[in-house]
Amino acid sequence: MERITLAHGSGGEQTRELIESVFFPAFENPSLTRDDAALLAAPAGRLALTTDSFVVSPPFFPGGDIGKLSVCGTVNDLSCRAARPLYLTASFVIEEGFEAEKLKKIARSMAAAAAEAGAAIVAGDTKVVRKGQCDGLYITTAGVGALRQEPAPGGDRAREGDAVLVTGDIGRHGAAILVARGEFGLSSSVTSDCAPLWNMVEGLLREAGPVSCLRDATRGGLATVLCELAEASGAEIELDEKALPVCDAVRGVCGLLGLEPLYLACEGRLAVILPGNRAEAALAALRKSPFGRDAAIVGRVRAGVPGRVTVRTAIGGRRLLAPPAGELLPRIC
Amino acid sequence: MDAAEPLALSLRRYAGPPARIMEVCGTHTAEGFRTGVRSLLPPQVKLIAGPGCPVCVTPAGFIDTAVFLAKKRPDAVLCSFGDLVRVPGSEKSLAAVRAEGADVRVVYSPLDALAAARENPGREVVFLSVGFETTVPASCLALRAAKREGIRNFSLLCSNRTMDRVYGRLRGAADAFLYPGHVSVMTGMALYRRLAEQGVSGAVAGFGAQEMLLALTVLLQKLGEGKPFAVNCYPRVVTEEGNEAARRLVRDWMEPCDAVWRGLGELPGSGLRLRREWEAYDARAKFALPELPGRENPVCRCGEVLRGACEPTDCPLFGKSCAPQHPVGACMVSAEGSCSAYYRFGGTVWNE
Repeated sequence: MERITLAHGSGGEQTRELIESVFFPAFENPSLTRDDAALLAAPAGRLALTTDSFVVSPPFFPGGDIGKLSVCGTVNDLSCRAARPLYLTASFVIEEGFEAEKLKKIARSMAAAAAEAGAAIVAGDTKVVRKGQCDGLYITTAGVGALRQEPAPGGDRAREGDAVLVTGDIGRHGAAILVARGEFGLSSSVTSDCAPLWNMVEGLLREAGPVSCLRDATRGGLATVLCELAEASGAEIELDEKALPVCDAVRGVCGLLGLEPLYLACEGRLAVILPGNRAEAALAALRKSPFGRDAAIVGRVRAGVPGRVTVRTAIGGRRLLAPPAGELLPRIC
Repeated sequence: MDAAEPLALSLRRYAGPPARIMEVCGTHTAEGFRTGVRSLLPPQVKLIAGPGCPVCVTPAGFIDTAVFLAKKRPDAVLCSFGDLVRVPGSEKSLAAVRAEGADVRVVYSPLDALAAARENPGREVVFLSVGFETTVPASCLALRAAKREGIRNFSLLCSNRTMDRVYGRLRGAADAFLYPGHVSVMTGMALYRRLAEQGVSGAVAGFGAQEMLLALTVLLQKLGEGKPFAVNCYPRVVTEEGNEAARRLVRDWMEPCDAVWRGLGELPGSGLRLRREWEAYDARAKFALPELPGRENPVCRCGEVLRGACEPTDCPLFGKSCAPQHPVGACMVSAEGSCSAYYRFGGTVWNE
């Protein structure tokens, strides 16, 4: 089987061949069944449930692929509600002609990311569409997790006096995709920050206590997340520009193209908001994780104009941080 | 950032007389806000945004002409800088025409448009050439390459302008100018020395926070000395003579013409058009395009904003029916437009 054909999506012998040769070997786990639904043990406490679709172009980029992205994105959504990821589903819409080897690689990526997060892929579906009816491969996931913090972190829980942290340097994923698309003739060492973050979050909760807000900065970057949190909490957030971690490669790409790292997508970075007196403990906990090495305290929640995000600039000036208007970069996740 | 702190401090502590400084580069407008330099200005120093954004000064008539072309030649590929696509014409923008099926593509360089011509030999490709002295040479490079390669399906719809006539027209609007850094790389300091002899003062500034702080500090100091002046605060890249090679390239392909600027009306000799001998690359000639007068929204105050006669916040549409997500005027469309910058960065709220 070199390429996926329409026959592979028709539900008969070839569909079985596709599932048995690509997905089952990769996702193998006790709950994964050939029946119509997986049967799962329900954990104690409340459940968190999330769903996402992934249409990233190109499907392979420095630092990952659409498969790894789909698992990490789902696992991170659960982590942001302080829910331990347990079970994932994955549905695939495949364009006729997609290379089987690439699909196998993507499936193996997904398995690796799920294993790292301690979650299992327990159900799935495949469809094949005619050439041109989708671009390569689309993946849709759902994820179930067990809540580990009550009350759970929520967008409306930021309060005056809270500290704002980011778990690592920003803008990598957006920059990596830009470069990988090859539209600007740029070459760069920048790799996506795509990563599964439950272990880091678990460590954070264990060592620094309950957090008010956790949100992953994906489309629209950290700027969008902070604007959303300020708005939902009816609070003002002040960002310290000098404290923002940005790697040189991202700075370089942004400088060349006139983009701002704050608006570029991440796929393995969280904004964390918690009471100021526990900020240092949170920082120490985050930095223990390989994905939180460059974590930093980047701002605070203060009394001011509700919903506003301001920046104290590197030279001590001030300005607003507006949510991004319009489409910065299409199809980055 | 070493020199930035003492510069910022000295600017904040300025105790001299009131001063109005006009900056005429869209990037200075945006960076002035983004770096926080604007927020550090003392109350008696006013930084006024001028007509330095090429997209903003492009009149509605040009958009109408491009829309006309898209309708007349539905098979043509129109290539444009991103911001221009959203500027409203008298009736519609290029983005609207694209939604109706026209092939309008965003490019980052005229050479990308030429590449489209190479890749689509059966279709006409037109590059909407807007921009000042800094970007015109790139359009001419594209033409030179087209000629060398024998590419016949490529042309420019030209709306380029030069900044040199603007300062004279706007001399009353400010006490001194913050001259545009990269335009000055092309023109050299010679232009500003001539302007100083005519009583017009200014300093050329770079685009980093430190460079802008330096230029503003120098401006205030020189204003205090009471004599017209021209200072180069961006000597890293701006020289006395400027870039003669680039200017020669432009002269080979284009010649000055009269041009209408949004906000300034007609400025004689301030535009550039293709020379007669290059008619084959001139979209206006090639497709017999009419000169359309254009009709601006009567309530929109972009024109006054562009000549520094009012602030974006003085416009009744600002922040209400006119915002970056749904712009009415050109100054809100472009990322370097004054209205867009005021909106996104919070305007002068820090100076109150």
